[in-house]
Amino acid sequence: MISQIGDWFDQRLQLAAPIRQVAEHPVPRSAASWWYVFGTAALTVFILQIVTGILLALIYVPSGAEAWSSLQALNHDVTLGWFIRAMHGWGSNFMVAIVLIHMVQVFLFGAYKFPRELTWIVGVFLLLMTLGMAFSGQVLRFDQDAYWGLGIGASILSRVPLIGPALVKLMLGGPIIAGATLSRFFALHVFVIPGLLIGFVSVHLLMVLKLGINDWPMPGRVVKRATYLSEYHALTKRDGAPFVPYAVWKDMFFAAFVLLAVGACALYFGPFGPTGRPDPTIIQTVPKPDYFFLWLYALLSLLPPSLETPVLLIGPVVVILLLLLLPFLSGEGEKSWRRRPIAVLTVLLIAIMLGTFTHLAEFAPWSPHMNAWSADPVPEQFLRGTTALERRGALVFQAKQCRNCHSLGERGGQRGPALDSVAVRLTQDQLIRQVIQGGGNMPAYGKNLSPAETTALVAFLRTLHPAGQAAARDASREIVLGDGPEKATQP
Amino acid sequence: MSNESTLSRRGFLVKLGILFNGLVAAALAVPIVGYILSAITRRREVSYLSWVSLGPVSDFPEGETRLASFRNPDVMPTDGKTVDTACWVRRIAGDQFQVFAVNCMHLGCPVRWFPQSALFMCPCHGGAYYRDGSRASGPPLRGLFEYPRKVLNGVVMIQAGVLPTPSASLAPVGKKSSCA
Repeated sequence: MISQIGDWFDQRLQLAAPIRQVAEHPVPRSAASWWYVFGTAALTVFILQIVTGILLALIYVPSGAEAWSSLQALNHDVTLGWFIRAMHGWGSNFMVAIVLIHMVQVFLFGAYKFPRELTWIVGVFLLLMTLGMAFSGQVLRFDQDAYWGLGIGASILSRVPLIGPALVKLMLGGPIIAGATLSRFFALHVFVIPGLLIGFVSVHLLMVLKLGINDWPMPGRVVKRATYLSEYHALTKRDGAPFVPYAVWKDMFFAAFVLLAVGACALYFGPFGPTGRPDPTIIQTVPKPDYFFLWLYALLSLLPPSLETPVLLIGPVVVILLLLLLPFLSGEGEKSWRRRPIAVLTVLLIAIMLGTFTHLAEFAPWSPHMNAWSADPVPEQFLRGTTALERRGALVFQAKQCRNCHSLGERGGQRGPALDSVAVRLTQDQLIRQVIQGGGNMPAYGKNLSPAETTALVAFLRTLHPAGQAAARDASREIVLGDGPEKATQP
Repeated sequence: MSNESTLSRRGFLVKLGILFNGLVAAALAVPIVGYILSAITRRREVSYLSWVSLGPVSDFPEGETRLASFRNPDVMPTDGKTVDTACWVRRIAGDQFQVFAVNCMHLGCPVRWFPQSALFMCPCHGGAYYRDGSRASGPPLRGLFEYPRKVLNGVVMIQAGVLPTPSASLAPVGKKSSCA
């Protein structure tokens, strides 16, 4: 009965034969490896994103006036709405991670070499689209982070010479970040990029099937354009096995494991945000990008200002060009990572760089602590045994927001140096000069401090040295003025 | 099949069909491109570049810097709260004002005013500005963005319909002042 129905459909669709051919196409036994499961996993998470995305669209309203409230409704009012949001959010993180791992694996296994160059190039576009989805998705979570994140995007875009202002308006859909901005990011996130993704994924998959899965790289088995195809053909004939069931079970296990992991993260950590309402009149906010763009946030604060615009505008072009040109620069030769030390080092270097930047961005030492001046009092040990003048100085130190950038007793901002032992580093005159004139990335406070305040502040700073170490002093000044050791060498 | 060197009737019709479709596509592209570029074209400028009020001069004590907010002159029904924007108003003396955008010149994060140290500080990458909006330290290359302003019948007015970005027509402090 079932086979009769099946036959009825196949007579009309005529798909059974090609599907069987695809399923049973021979793959090298060596390619049935746990290392080869990331592509399928990426596809699986992409399908999960489509499904959860459609579910979210049942409730979500892409309107600047209502998006935030509809997210709140999803989180709190709609049954299991929070879980679908969490799945979609975590699915996005997993998708970026898996796509990156897949890419590194393909790179290290030399799978981008002849004849799979175009598969790699399409893959580069898939990576860019995945990142585009991640960014536009962050915008659809229309909260304070989304609002100010758009502002940062606009700021970067506006630096493009000549057409910058026009690009900004095109991106925002008008002169400011408003309803039209959200609507166009909605169109990108829901129609344009997913449509392209589906098309590119299909081409990517088609090529994997047509060209065959990359054979396990053996050191010394060198790719040559003239001979590779026949070698690969011989290999699959001699030592091949049908993809189904020989290799596919590993893909299936890993895909299920990844889905389970996304579900577990969603269940345990819950949905992302939304943070505060996207109201630009609320400026008490510290916008931060989502996890996968944290490294960029770090880079933007650590680059010398003069290098920023060139790096922002030229950097991405160079990186994308290099990725696209890679299969043409090394389309032949060794595949094995054992014989490609520079490839391995490049991956390590990029991973360490991105990891370091991401780690730094998690606690952002370059950001002033905006509340430190009122929330982090001067620790007690710095006030013990001080004179009235020095205590007055500690008050000035606190009231003039010095703590927002300088820490004492490891509390306060890290934008400037910690001042626990500043008196050892700077003499009285140097302290006065630094406070009044600023410099070395510190604002000048000359106009905002009365002479009395400066005297008190410097008197306090002079007490900041370890017990066993004297404060720095200007010996020549003592000789010239003949007034003996400076008064401020205190306990 | 016809001879390759001569154009057959069918071949001609196919080519004509391609040409016809091309013409239709070009004709349709005009409104489509026009629609997409409508965000850039200047038709709306009349609306969003009009002057908006920040309130009477008496709202701003002399010598102080206060946060004010205004509604963008160009509002669409789906904008919600996003059209309400904050700005820093510094009344120097009398009718002498400076109105700064809250957006940091570096990457647009909202700067906060600290009257005690007379500094604007940015929470993102640590930019700082003096009370007159000029750059004090950090990654910004120039001072804060300043909106064109005027005092009309005792009301502070600014022209602020565009998101301030480094290349927008707003003048950052320290480059040139756009309005007395």
